[in-house]
Amino acid sequence: MDLPNNPGIHIAGINRDIETRLGLDLVGGVQALLEADLPEGTEIDAETMRTATRIVENRVNGLGVTEAVVQQAGDRRIVVELPGETDPEKALETIKQTGLLEFVEMDYSPLPDGMIIKTDFAVDGEAEPIDEESPVEETIYHTVMTGATIKNVGVTTGPAGGYEVAFELTDEGTRLFSDYTSANSGKFLGIVLDKEVVSAPRIDEPITEGAGVIRGDFTIEAANSLAIQLRYGSLPIPMVIVESRTVGPTLGQDSLSQSLLAGMVGVTIMVLFMALYYRIPGVIADVSILIYALLAFALFRFVPVTLTLPGIAGLMLSTGSALDANILIFERLKEELRNGRRLSQAIDIAWQRAWPSIRDSNIATLITCAILFWFGSSFGATLVKGFSLTLALGVAVSLFAAAVVTRTLLKIILGYFKPVNLERWFGI
Amino acid sequence: MLDILGKRYIFFGLSLVLIIPGLILAAFGLPLAIDFTGGSLLEVRFESGIAPQPAEVIQLYGSLGVEDVQVQTTGDATIFVRSSFLDDTTRSQLISAMEGEFGEDITVLRFDSVGPTIGQEVTARAGMAIAVAAVAVVIYITFAFRGIQNSFRYGICAIIAMIHDVLIVLSLGAIGAYFFGWQINALFLTALLTVIGFSVQDKIVVFDRIRENSGIYRRLPFANLVNHSIVQTLQRSINTQLMTVEFMLLALALFGGVTLREFAVILLVGLFSGTYSSIFIAAPSLVIWENQEWKTWFRRGRGKEAVA
Repeated sequence: MDLPNNPGIHIAGINRDIETRLGLDLVGGVQALLEADLPEGTEIDAETMRTATRIVENRVNGLGVTEAVVQQAGDRRIVVELPGETDPEKALETIKQTGLLEFVEMDYSPLPDGMIIKTDFAVDGEAEPIDEESPVEETIYHTVMTGATIKNVGVTTGPAGGYEVAFELTDEGTRLFSDYTSANSGKFLGIVLDKEVVSAPRIDEPITEGAGVIRGDFTIEAANSLAIQLRYGSLPIPMVIVESRTVGPTLGQDSLSQSLLAGMVGVTIMVLFMALYYRIPGVIADVSILIYALLAFALFRFVPVTLTLPGIAGLMLSTGSALDANILIFERLKEELRNGRRLSQAIDIAWQRAWPSIRDSNIATLITCAILFWFGSSFGATLVKGFSLTLALGVAVSLFAAAVVTRTLLKIILGYFKPVNLERWFGI
Repeated sequence: MLDILGKRYIFFGLSLVLIIPGLILAAFGLPLAIDFTGGSLLEVRFESGIAPQPAEVIQLYGSLGVEDVQVQTTGDATIFVRSSFLDDTTRSQLISAMEGEFGEDITVLRFDSVGPTIGQEVTARAGMAIAVAAVAVVIYITFAFRGIQNSFRYGICAIIAMIHDVLIVLSLGAIGAYFFGWQINALFLTALLTVIGFSVQDKIVVFDRIRENSGIYRRLPFANLVNHSIVQTLQRSINTQLMTVEFMLLALALFGGVTLREFAVILLVGLFSGTYSSIFIAAPSLVIWENQEWKTWFRRGRGKEAVA
């Protein structure tokens, strides 16, 4: 008997789609879970977390990873996934960096807030030698010291009312700051975050005690925000990496290509078995499963779903349930035919009787998926989330395939071909 | 007709024989991976072909202040290092220290680091999610079977059988851990979730037949009704099992990538158990409940009156 669906095309379809979006357990990459480093139970307001997520996202985008995912998980965590990232240390470094804070010499002309400038301090911690021959129109500002010298920051109210940002320096910072402010009283000192001017207060008097205040026309929000930036760099709240996973590309690839081959063998046997055991309906079920697979993959692309190992497990299980639906119907069909019903009548009854079990069993699975998905996304357990998402989508498509596709195909075929020998064509 | 229900206590016994040894092994300590306990796992290959001695690696970790280190070497100049959780600074220092100490040409195959509180939370939350899902399934089944008597029993029995499957998988995990050095990790959790999803779905298919038949054979004793329903769905159970489990997973277990092999074996057994328990645990439990057989469990000559 001919097989209407060629397993080769089936697999090629899977192959092509899989290559579009693969999880990092398959292609290698880096995953990190960041958590707000605040005492347990501290309220973190949603806006702050959104800001932090956005900032982390900006940093991650700087890495140039094509399918990077940055998502807030629950109310105090951020998930970062970088499939295909080959330099995990650099990636994690970028994610967790607190932003580079510099105190910059500005002489008597303060720069406006928000301006991007160049300084002579390089990110790797070494002072860059100032190139004497560089074009004069680009000013390179001298960095007096960095945020690493700050020990503590707080918001206070000044003697004249109004808010001030008070800071305290480390021993090294105290020495540097004391020397500098003594020599440059009256000049402006730029506070620069990631090369962007945050504020440019004037040095009113030498600060030798290692503590000082920044005065300005601050509202409480502005003072708080400056204090936070001084303290933690650009993230509005301190975040630490509480979980990180790096999978080398070779490990993922090995697993994937071998498992794909194994999957092909499995699918081929399955297709043959269905055709041999259930005859005409079996072949139709094979076509129906093929359509199911194409629909499921189209949906995965559309959503989009990143395929991980757990995701593939979910997909396999939903393929199982698509098959189960077909098997349920065909077993019923055989039963009705054995009871001597006419074919068209038997088909109607088979669907009618098999449907409640297909419906109820799949709804139970969908309920389980919904709960697992909620658990996965509120917690940053991407593994569970991927599994429940592919399973739920797959089950939804399989319900459609069983209810509509198989039946329509069967009716169409039987419209052209009237089998006389039911035993032979339906395997009863 | 095939009398499956009459031998129900034999099948219960069989399940216990499979579950108990594994649980005894588990009681001595399941090797929970860092996904649940927190800690770090580093897998590095030395391209020079010469892996350092475990003692050297332990010393290197020690110099960074990490004490509880276990090193495992494999054939192709690859080492596995398990240790407690590494914070951001230690982690970034480690690789460069390793390169400095053992040569530049190393490939990091895997480097996982999970904070201890995260690990505990995963375990607690996963347990909670499964429990909530179980309750939701009981409620749904009770609703879906509301047309027949004692519909909530079906939900409870489905969950009893699901717990059976979870125990089978745990037992297998413990046995695999004991004999083959398996780790109870996140992939194991995925396998467990898959088994749970399949198990519940399979129970409902068998129960559905009981639901349907109870409308047709009103006079039949409950035990006969259940036995009849099991036999009617038997062919479907076998074929679905063949499709989803034997073919797909056997292929994966035999030819699949290394990471997936253990996963495939667990699914193979777990999903088989999912079908097995629909027939031999879930449906018989309904009958036991109906007959209230526990009243006769500790009396002599029990079981004679159970199957009419």
